Order: sequence, then structure tokens, then C-alpha cells
Amino acid sequence: MKTLKFLIEKEFKQMFRNPLIPRLIVMFPTMVLLVFPWAVSFEVKNIKIDVVDHGKSIYSKRLTDKVAASKYFILNDTPLDYQTAMLNMENGKTDMILEIPASFDKDIVKSQTSTVGVAVNSVNGTQGLLGSNYIMQIVNDFSSEIRGELINTLPPQSRATIMNMPRVDIVPQYKYNPELDYKNFMIPGFMVLLLTILCGILPAQNIVMEKENGTIQQINVTPISKINFILAKLIPYWAVGLVVMIISVTLAYVIYGLWPAGNVIAVLFSAIVFILSVSGLGIIISNYSETMQQASFLVMFFILILVLLGGMFTPVSGMPAWAQTIAAVNPFNYLTKTFRMLYLNGSTLADVSNNLFALGIIAVVLNGWAVFSYKKRG
Amino acid sequence: MIEVKDLHKSYGKSGKINALNGISFNVNDGDIFGVIGPDGAGKSTLFRILASLIMPDSGTAIMNGYDVVKDYRKIRQIIGYMPGRFSLYQDLSVEENLKFFATLFDTTIEENYHLIKDIYQQIEPFKNRRAGALSGGMKQKLALSCALIHKPEILILDEPTTGVDPVSRKEFWDMLARLKEQGIIILVSTAYMDEASRCDRIALIREGELIASNTPQGIIDDYSDILWAVEGSRMSAILRELRKYEKIKTSFAFGDKIHITVDESLQIGELKQYLINRDFRDVGINPIEPTVEDCFIALTN
Repeated sequence: MKTLKFLIEKEFKQMFRNPLIPRLIVMFPTMVLLVFPWAVSFEVKNIKIDVVDHGKSIYSKRLTDKVAASKYFILNDTPLDYQTAMLNMENGKTDMILEIPASFDKDIVKSQTSTVGVAVNSVNGTQGLLGSNYIMQIVNDFSSEIRGELINTLPPQSRATIMNMPRVDIVPQYKYNPELDYKNFMIPGFMVLLLTILCGILPAQNIVMEKENGTIQQINVTPISKINFILAKLIPYWAVGLVVMIISVTLAYVIYGLWPAGNVIAVLFSAIVFILSVSGLGIIISNYSETMQQASFLVMFFILILVLLGGMFTPVSGMPAWAQTIAAVNPFNYLTKTFRMLYLNGSTLADVSNNLFALGIIAVVLNGWAVFSYKKRG
Repeated sequence: MIEVKDLHKSYGKSGKINALNGISFNVNDGDIFGVIGPDGAGKSTLFRILASLIMPDSGTAIMNGYDVVKDYRKIRQIIGYMPGRFSLYQDLSVEENLKFFATLFDTTIEENYHLIKDIYQQIEPFKNRRAGALSGGMKQKLALSCALIHKPEILILDEPTTGVDPVSRKEFWDMLARLKEQGIIILVSTAYMDEASRCDRIALIREGELIASNTPQGIIDDYSDILWAVEGSRMSAILRELRKYEKIKTSFAFGDKIHITVDESLQIGELKQYLINRDFRDVGINPIEPTVEDCFIALTN
């Protein structure tokens, strides 16, 4: 125990004497939480749209105005024909085309139905999909508006038949994130990202640094046990991770007003279990690398896998089976789920215990491997 | 007592690079044992095996009764190892480094202070300075203190004097002589042949093979050639002429002189006349006692 304490003390001394790392630990979460939640958003806004209005009538004008007034669209142009609009899209001036037929008004008045054409530039799939959804919503709104107005113009008997026709309205309730604020969803993800980067990269470089400086030789000829040595490497990153978490949770509250709906202690506790597993991964990488360059590349490679297959940006359930298999052993995935549950759903420690259990197993396996792969002699 | 028997070690994928090719020697208690050979001879590999850092492919090494492969845990208790490169924590201070290594061996600076006192006193005024900011000589003293702090029975020093100035080198050997009095076996490797005389016994190694093991004097006594030193003003021209002369067996530039070994039938006057005939008028030729380096050259030819 005395040796372990002294080893940890040494790690902390080295960490604080490094001119960069203590600042990094504070600056990095601050920057990430200040900047990224605003920038990384899947909400699609300001889609440029061309409206080709063949009808040039009151109703088509109303539809055009409604589209232009939407926060999702910017009315780029109202060309006379579809070809001009298409040319605009090819030149990148517009993203969508809404084509209103010449018979729009007549159709609406006569048969209470009409069609509009929509063409979307789907190079960016998300924008294409969301854009066409938004326009459908607008058109639907518009049609129920008109329906309400026109119903009064009908003869009473047919009015009654229409009134008696069954009608289904969908009224969505947005649970756990009522404002549909994308930031609320992403901030817990960013916290996991921060922990992964700091508590993954720093340990990965640590043992390699001892190798490059030759100090590992001096350590290896001492009777110190492998477990003590690895533990002394891991424990300081708990502290680092906790500091990062405290900064992150505070910033999320102060800047975005986001506080865990569940227990804040549960957030910190799950972070600790997670840190153990990513730091273990870092140390394994460190053990297998001979130079800082190798370690840096390897750790970047793994972090990319952890993040992209970790359900932060895209839901795991939408991934192919093989990717879901990877996600099942991906600590990033478990903590992202846990944090979102704790932050948004108001889950308790008991609710997330399955995730924590999985994280615990991953941590035990990775750290066992870390101890095993550290060779005191070649 | 160290018994090294037939150590083999090769590196590379299919064992292409033979670092050690069957090395055997014994070291007596209380000796300073020098392993002497040029760069790449296998000195560091040998010492890393003895320090239990790497495993030999075959062969055994028993140090004070413990096998370096089987009893490596015990070996780590009884040895002090100082690698060729400075490998202490540059971002820790002098005192912190020493305390750190003392703690790893479950001891304290105070407990074994008497062992390092001589050496450590010289750097103690700088004990709060970071190790990275020390001069080369001070780093070396700190490294030696750290290797000694747990009172090892065997001290393994891998090229401790490489890259150290002549005065510090001499000082270092004086320190080793004092440590020897404490009964510590000292294994030291060096590429400097002139340091051989400071050892009790030496082993000359080249390309992973032992070419001689004896006391420095014993090695010199075994030297059987007639050795002369030639000096003059145009050394390289003289060397070229000497190499053409058939009664000279070998000739090597040796500092500001040329060392030659000659046939018994050759007289100094005869050689002098030969050189004067070739317009080297200021040459001096004297018979000399061989040094370890002469022996090394003779043994490797």
C-alpha cells in the first residue's frame, strides 16, 4: 500500500509539472461544452427553396407565403418554369423545389383535393429527408386550413357527410425533452466524449512516455508488482475524469440550464466506472506501443470506433447487426445511454444498473488485460 | 559470485541478429569486473539479461545463488542496475527521484545513506532541482545513488562513463573503488580500453563472443608479440609506408603514435633506416609495453 501511495503521488507530481496537461483538463471540457452543442445539431434550418407556381392564384400564393414564412425554409426564387428551378438546384442555389400545378385553385374548390410536386436535393441525406418532411407538414397544415374554410361553402347535406366522416388527428407529445432541444440530447453525449478523449489518450501516452524516456527500465528492475504499477497509472485518471465531470455538469447547468433529471451522484458514479474501462484501454495501447507516435495513432483509431459505433450521433438500433455487436462491448455506448437516461429520463441508479454492470465487466476485462500485457521483461 | 554459462541471445524475427553467442565467465565476490568491447559487441544485451530485463535464448546466469530466469523476483531485490542512458524521472527533483526508488525497494534514504553518502553529498546542494536540469556528471551521480539506495549485493553499470569528460570518468572510477570496499560486486561495461586497468578482472568481448577473460595484467602478460611505437610528423604517410614493409605484422594508429608488431628478426635501426630512406627523417621508434587495447587488437585479428 505504501508503495502504491508513493507511485500515485509520483504520477500526480509528474502530471502537475507538465505545463500543458493541467490546463488541458480544465480548458478542454470548457471549450467543448461552450462551442459544440451549438454547432453539432441535426436540426435542419434555412433550406433554400424555389417555388414554381403555375397557378398564380390566391391559394397558391398563400401556400408560397406559408412556406416562405417557415423557419426551416428560405424562399430563394419563384421561377416561371420547372427547368429554371432545376437549373438553380444544379448550380447549388437552391435545395428544394415545390411545384404548384396550374389547376391548384380549381382542384381545391371543385374536388377538395390537389397535388403539389416536391423535388429535393438529397446529396445530404438528412437534409433531404427532413426537408421533405417539413414541406409535407406545411402542406398538410395548409390543406386542413383550407378544408376548414371551404367546408362552409358546401351545401348543408354534403357538409354533414363530410363532417361525419371519421377523422384522425395525430397530436404528438414530446416526452423527456419537450422542447425537442437537440442540445439536451447531445450534451450528455459530449460529456462521454470528453471522458473518452481525456481518460483514453492520457493513459495511452503515459507508459509509452516511460518507455521513450527509459525510466521503465529502472522501474522494471525493482521488485514492484505489476498490479501496483498499473493501478498507480489508472487511479490518477479517476481524479482527472471526476474533475472533467464536475466542470461539465456545472457548465451544462449554468449555460444550458441542463441538470440531471435523475441523481447527479449517479452521473458521477457511472462516470467513474466508465473511466476505469477507457483508461484500461489506453494502458493496453500503451503496453503494446513502442513510441508515442504509435500510441497516438492507435488510440485515435480506437476512440473513433468507440464514438462512431457508440450511439452518440446515430442510434445503435439503426446500425447493421455487426455494428450492434461491437456496440454491445463498447463502453462509450453504455455510458451515453446511461447519461441520457439520467439526464433526460430521470432514471435512478437502479434503472441504469444493467448498463453499469456491463461497464463493470468491460472494465475488469480491459484492466486485467492491461496488467497482463505489461511485461516487466522482454 | 556470478556464474555466467553459455548465454545466447538473438534478436530479429528469425533470430538473424546474434547479440550473444555463447558467453561464459565467472565473477568473484568483491570484484570490479569489467566487460570491455566495442559498440555492438553485446555488452548491453548481456547486462540486460543479468538485470532480468530480458530473457536469454539459452544458457544460465547465476548471481549470488539466484538464477536470472527462474528467481528473477529475488534478483531484482539484490541488484542495482544503471542503464547506459540516463533513465530517471527528469520531471522529478533529485531528492524525489532518490526517495521514489528507495520506496520502491521498501527502504528509506536514511537507512542506507552511508552507502551513497560520498556520491550523494556532491549533488545534495541541488536536491530540489529537477533531474532533467542537472549536468551530465551530476545526472550520473544521481543515477548511481538511485541504483545503490536499496543496498544491492551486485551493481550492474552499463557503460556508465560513455559521454562523460575525462575528469568525471576518473572520479567515477574512484567512487567505484570505494564501493568495492563495501563488498558489493560491481559489473561494469565500457568501450574505453584504458579503463580496464581499474578493474580487478576483465572480459573482452566482440560480436557476442568472449575473446579473453583474465585480470588486466594477466591479459597483458599473455601478449606475445614484439610491440613498438613509432612517432613522427607525417603520421598517415608513415603508416602507409609501414604497411608496405613485410617484416611488420600489424600497424595501427594509436593516439599520436603508431603501434606496430614486428617479426623477431627486425631491428629498430633497420626500420629507422627504411623510413629515413623514404624521406621520414624525424621518426622515433621505441619498444613499449602493450596496453589492453593492443591485446584486444591482437586477439581480434
